[in-house]
Amino acid sequence: MNAETEATADARRMMEICNACRYCESYCAVFPAMTMRRDFSLGDITHLANLCHGCKGCYHACQYAPPHAFGVNIPQVFAEVRQESYAAHAWPEGAGRLFEKNGTLVTAVAVFGATLAMLLSVLLVDPSVLTSAQRGPGAFFRVVPHWLMILLGLGTFGWAILAMVMGGIRYWRATGASASQPGPYAAAVAAHDIATLRNLGGGGHGCNDVDDSFSMQKRLFHQALFGGFMLCFAATCVGTIYHYFFGWKSPHAFLSLPVQLGFWGGLFMCVGAIGLTRIKIITDPVPVARRLLGGEFAILGLLFLIAATGLLLLALRHTGAMGMMLALHLGLVFSFFLLMPYSKMVHGVYRGLSLLRHAAEKKKA
Amino acid sequence: MPDFDKLWDVLVVGGGNAALCAAITARRAGASVIVAEHAPKHMRGGNSRHTRNVRSLHPAPTDVLTESYLEDEYWDDLLRVTKGRTDEHLARTCIRASQYAPEFLQSCGVVFQPSLSGTLSLSRTNAFFLGGGKALVNAVYRTAESLGVELLYDCEVQHIHMEGGHATEAIVNHKGFPQRIRFKAVIAASGGFQANRDWLRKYWGDAADNFQIRGTPYAQGKILKDLLAQGIQEVGDPTQFHAVANDARAPMEDGGLAMRLDCVPFSVVVNENVERFYDEGEDTWPKRYAIWGRLIAQQPNQRAFAISDVKAINDYLPSVFPPIRADTIGELAQKLGLDVAKLEAVVADYNAAVRPGTFNGQKLDDCSTEGLTPPKSHWARRIDTPPFHAHPLRPGITFTFLSVKVNDRARVVMADGTLASNLLACGEIMSGNILGQGYLAGFGMAIGTSFGRIAGEEAAKTVLN
Repeated sequence: MNAETEATADARRMMEICNACRYCESYCAVFPAMTMRRDFSLGDITHLANLCHGCKGCYHACQYAPPHAFGVNIPQVFAEVRQESYAAHAWPEGAGRLFEKNGTLVTAVAVFGATLAMLLSVLLVDPSVLTSAQRGPGAFFRVVPHWLMILLGLGTFGWAILAMVMGGIRYWRATGASASQPGPYAAAVAAHDIATLRNLGGGGHGCNDVDDSFSMQKRLFHQALFGGFMLCFAATCVGTIYHYFFGWKSPHAFLSLPVQLGFWGGLFMCVGAIGLTRIKIITDPVPVARRLLGGEFAILGLLFLIAATGLLLLALRHTGAMGMMLALHLGLVFSFFLLMPYSKMVHGVYRGLSLLRHAAEKKKA
Repeated sequence: MPDFDKLWDVLVVGGGNAALCAAITARRAGASVIVAEHAPKHMRGGNSRHTRNVRSLHPAPTDVLTESYLEDEYWDDLLRVTKGRTDEHLARTCIRASQYAPEFLQSCGVVFQPSLSGTLSLSRTNAFFLGGGKALVNAVYRTAESLGVELLYDCEVQHIHMEGGHATEAIVNHKGFPQRIRFKAVIAASGGFQANRDWLRKYWGDAADNFQIRGTPYAQGKILKDLLAQGIQEVGDPTQFHAVANDARAPMEDGGLAMRLDCVPFSVVVNENVERFYDEGEDTWPKRYAIWGRLIAQQPNQRAFAISDVKAINDYLPSVFPPIRADTIGELAQKLGLDVAKLEAVVADYNAAVRPGTFNGQKLDDCSTEGLTPPKSHWARRIDTPPFHAHPLRPGITFTFLSVKVNDRARVVMADGTLASNLLACGEIMSGNILGQGYLAGFGMAIGTSFGRIAGEEAAKTVLN
């Protein structure tokens, strides 16, 4: 459980103002969830903070926003509380420290991972194979052996899943979410909210992504990034099925299913990462937790690089540059998997759980 | 820098909803428009920044209003709260125009909430702005800007020079620099004088120091005073205002809506002398909230205390500042600085007078007192279950009603009854034409939007013909 901090105390003070005001009751799920309560335990504050999608609608509509003495700034304080909850529930115990200077960590691990992968290929792979054009089935595995690729991929991805599931369980128990007892209906509502990013729609007209004007930018770019990521994941799965069940070895033709999934996925990821980064740069800086921007920019940068190196690999796969591109791409991907439980990426787990809890509480009410 | 040499078609003085409705309407009609808002950008919008809804006539359900709310019922509601102190023709003009207020505001980018049954149960009569007044203010400013209205912040209009019934120019202070703005017509939309304590003091004496100003501190009444001093007809009682029961711990200015307390109907309310002074349960809170500010303003030191017990705590909206709690009435009295024996006696007398009934906080129930003066007509339950709670109260002033006289086209009337040729008014600065006393939730925004549009149309007509 995260501890009482300056941020949680301030968040509670603000929620008590909001609960007396309630002008924002028709914005996102945070406010209906707030009105179900009169007192805010630490678990409640953590739940509400993770329910917040950072759309900033409430800030721009707030009669008590800074420089008012009350200084109500929900997007900013909730971002701080979220980060504290990521650290508090990180698994294994003690790993929460990795959320301090997260931008530096993410950047360092990614650079180290990519460099290591390229160094190892130079050292271990026959130079004539590494730098000459490789064609035909199994071309990639002449640079990185198939067993090694699978071992590293499953190892890092498995670690990410394990650590994030453990974090999710710790979060669910510590914040008192189990009392909400979600059933299949709540799960369906939460899944719908996650898939559509309903809470970034502002009820239909969009959110205050940049200033007090309404837009759907953040929602669309997030959908592009998330959708692109899932397409790339699907590409990997399809490729694996091809390999094991049909014996069709990569590289596959450009118009084949796995390459098409990966191509469009990579494009969407690039567009999403660039769009979200741009919003973060040009947005009104007040409803933003500036301290956390480093980690956010770093993970967006890493996602962009993964997608971009994947696309480059596709473009250059029949040339002598393929070997190094493959090493670079895989180095970044495996670094990303290792970093996932200790980066902004965990927001998906905790927000998903908060949406589930909210759907269950709403059904009960 | 704005062009101070230009001869503008229309100058709008003030920057709240009425001002922006006027500016947008005049601009859409083709006039060049400049808006002088005294506040800096983050405080723009006058009291509109703190509003939440607009009371709107509607013959049938709309996307934002349920059932129907017809002219006669609206007029009856107004008649009841003003006790007849209104101008029927102007009031009906406003009521009729209010039908088109939501649609007009939507055309200015304002988003309304889907109609919902809020705690004040106003969804039938009032259309709620999504996110409240500041979101509305953001939208109308954005619309005005996109139409090419010149918007000046930190620009106080200090004087509108009148020659006979004709306004010639405005003397302003723009970011600390004296300037003048020339125009063909001018719309005064600069609000009441509620934030001007010296002026309030003229009528209220030292009590004025204890009034909390709920809204903008920029409502100094400078242009109201300036116009009234230049032969413009005055209307309205200078002691009348819209005021509510606020938390005594609220900021003295700009505390906004969340400082109001809805606990009164579920409490007994005593003044500093530990005397009850009004029937707390006379009617439902939406129909009574607007009289309590004035009631408290008339108590010694403008203080009152709402006393209840743990049974009542979930019957009203949570307060920003927590209630003061104690395990006995005596201890509560001590914490509040009240006479212990007197408070115990008041609560004991009240408890003895409570008749059995079935409590229902949502409607007029049958829980009342018998033989108590003043009575508590509804929601009377014994105060007997610790912990006991108290909310300290002060009057929270929303806006004053003293106004410049206007006709139904928002044209300002001179003392001799003639119309000023190019001076119009809308919003709080003319609210006293319609509100002689009392208040109806969402009516300020109805006046502002209706007369703002009329003033904008009329100003454009004046200068473009």
